[in-house]
Amino acid sequence: MSKPERQAPPAPLEYLRRWPIRAWLAVVAVFLYAPLITLMAFSFNNSRRNIVWRGFTLDYYVQVFQDQGLLTAFGNSLVIAAVSTVASVILGALTALTLWRFKFPGKPALEGALALPIVVPEICMGVAMLVFFTQVIPWPTSLAWPLNLGSIIISHISFSFSFVAIVIRARLASFNRELEEAAKDLGAGEWRILRDILVPHMWPGLLAGALLAFTLSLDDFVITFFTSGPDTTTFPVKVYSMVRFSVTPEVNAASTLLIIITVVLTAIALRLQGADVAKDAAGVA
Amino acid sequence: MTAKTIISFENVTKRFGKVVAVDDVSLSICEGEFFALLGPSGCGKTTLLRMLAGFETPSEGRILIDGEDVSRTPPNKRPVNMVFQSYAVFPHMSVADNVGYGLMVDGVLPAERSRRVEEALALVKLEGYGGRKPDQMSGGQRQRVALARALVKRPRVLLLDEPLSALDAKLREQMRSELSQLQEKVGVTFLFVTHDQDEALAMASRCAVMNRGLLQQVATPSDLYEFPNSRFVADFIGSVNLFEGRFEVDEADHAVVRAPELSTPVYLDHGVTGGRDATVWVALRPEKIELHKRGDGQGAPALGDAPDGHNVVPGVIRHISYLGSESVYEVELDQGRRVRTLRTNLTRRDQEDFTWDEPVWLAWHACSPAVLLS
Repeated sequence: MSKPERQAPPAPLEYLRRWPIRAWLAVVAVFLYAPLITLMAFSFNNSRRNIVWRGFTLDYYVQVFQDQGLLTAFGNSLVIAAVSTVASVILGALTALTLWRFKFPGKPALEGALALPIVVPEICMGVAMLVFFTQVIPWPTSLAWPLNLGSIIISHISFSFSFVAIVIRARLASFNRELEEAAKDLGAGEWRILRDILVPHMWPGLLAGALLAFTLSLDDFVITFFTSGPDTTTFPVKVYSMVRFSVTPEVNAASTLLIIITVVLTAIALRLQGADVAKDAAGVA
Repeated sequence: MTAKTIISFENVTKRFGKVVAVDDVSLSICEGEFFALLGPSGCGKTTLLRMLAGFETPSEGRILIDGEDVSRTPPNKRPVNMVFQSYAVFPHMSVADNVGYGLMVDGVLPAERSRRVEEALALVKLEGYGGRKPDQMSGGQRQRVALARALVKRPRVLLLDEPLSALDAKLREQMRSELSQLQEKVGVTFLFVTHDQDEALAMASRCAVMNRGLLQQVATPSDLYEFPNSRFVADFIGSVNLFEGRFEVDEADHAVVRAPELSTPVYLDHGVTGGRDATVWVALRPEKIELHKRGDGQGAPALGDAPDGHNVVPGVIRHISYLGSESVYEVELDQGRRVRTLRTNLTRRDQEDFTWDEPVWLAWHACSPAVLLS
């Protein structure tokens, strides 16, 4: 006679078979992904009004690539994002290194100030930037492209570099100081140590920081709205102005392209970072 | 064997704020020595090592390497290399790049570099591992990488910070003898820091024992063990029974110490300088005390090198720890003091000779006790 087997506790994935969990997942999926999928689906909708489905077309993608205003805005966004990413990664990395490496008077104050752009409401940052660039340092609007994007770039750097600094600082916290001492012991000077030992360690953080800065800049609306001029529209600002008239499939198509670009970039960055982190974790453990 | 001094610490003191980590240490280390800095944690041994490597600057005093004052020389300009406690193998570089890093920094050409890297890897028995990444290696192998990386630069002195502490027991035993062999092969002076007395005794040709920043004693391992100069050293190195007492007789060729905890006086076959009217301590190692039966009115054993009524006390076995190769007996004396004695189990029956609560005689030779003045 065999006794009935004792019921084993459910494995993590088995919870997925229970209906409350399934319902929860369904709600998450609907509210998280359904809007995105709708947006993408309706970019192929063959209807100017874009309320009911009228058949498949790629016309609006063609229109996007022919819309000079949209293309200019998109180009602006990319340039702003690229420049502000490079600048905020450099500044953020240096800030993180300084805070990690040195003790100096005013360090707590600097650390607090670093978090300000993250906690200050964006609308306040936007107004502050507007006042700053009109009253304190008026940014000439007549400069040639891309110099006329200067004020937007500067404001983007000023909020995204603190995110970068915080990410890199977290990464530096896991650095084994003996590695630095070992390099020094083997004859390396400070610059050499930075290049050969510290930067490779910081690499995942630099990458994550860059990704963060890039996406923050690319999709920023509020601050950009206050600092952009008539000739310096960015993609989100342009989309906003288009939506004010009507949500055409053209807007959907442009947004879909933006989503794809961000997803691809994120995937690449995560992949690079994942490989590095895995290697590193095994090496240090 | 007149060895040349390679390292001298001259009255070196290091303060961190108000804490004195190293207190007026003077020490010379000779070329080719395998030297151990031994002490409990926080005794200043690591600070001393780090000052030699250049990671700390002495607050006072000088450090000389080959007669040259290096007290203010940065670490990357000193002819010493270090094996770190965590090994500090660069995780993003291959083994060969790790080992070759110091040479690359020095501008050694690639052909010469790879030849010397191969040589160094062979020295630590890691031939063919050059292409591996540190995460594909065990802790012991990573330590060998760290060794090769330091030795490849042909340092005047190799510094090792707790070299064996991160390894498991078996590997530690093995690395002890390998490190000794390696040192003989390369002929480089090794200076290592450890808190493990066994490690120091097994590997070092000379040890410095430190406590609270002070240098307690510098001697060969056997001298440290057999002729400690203080209670701290006697107690830190190995196990010891200490008895407080005073001199009753102190002649050139013998001395007698009366210790209240022992029912008979302690007879020494040598005279002692100093300590005539002060409190002294008699140190007796457990393995130097013999156990004899006392059960059926058996009289006190005579070991023949002390007058009758000396160096033998009665007691009762209160505790036995059987450790396989030996047994440790805790014997309670009449005055209530407990004494540790150790007996090697020479045959398979030896452990049955004595049992719990058995009355015994404890006896020792006149040359066994050490008299400590501090």
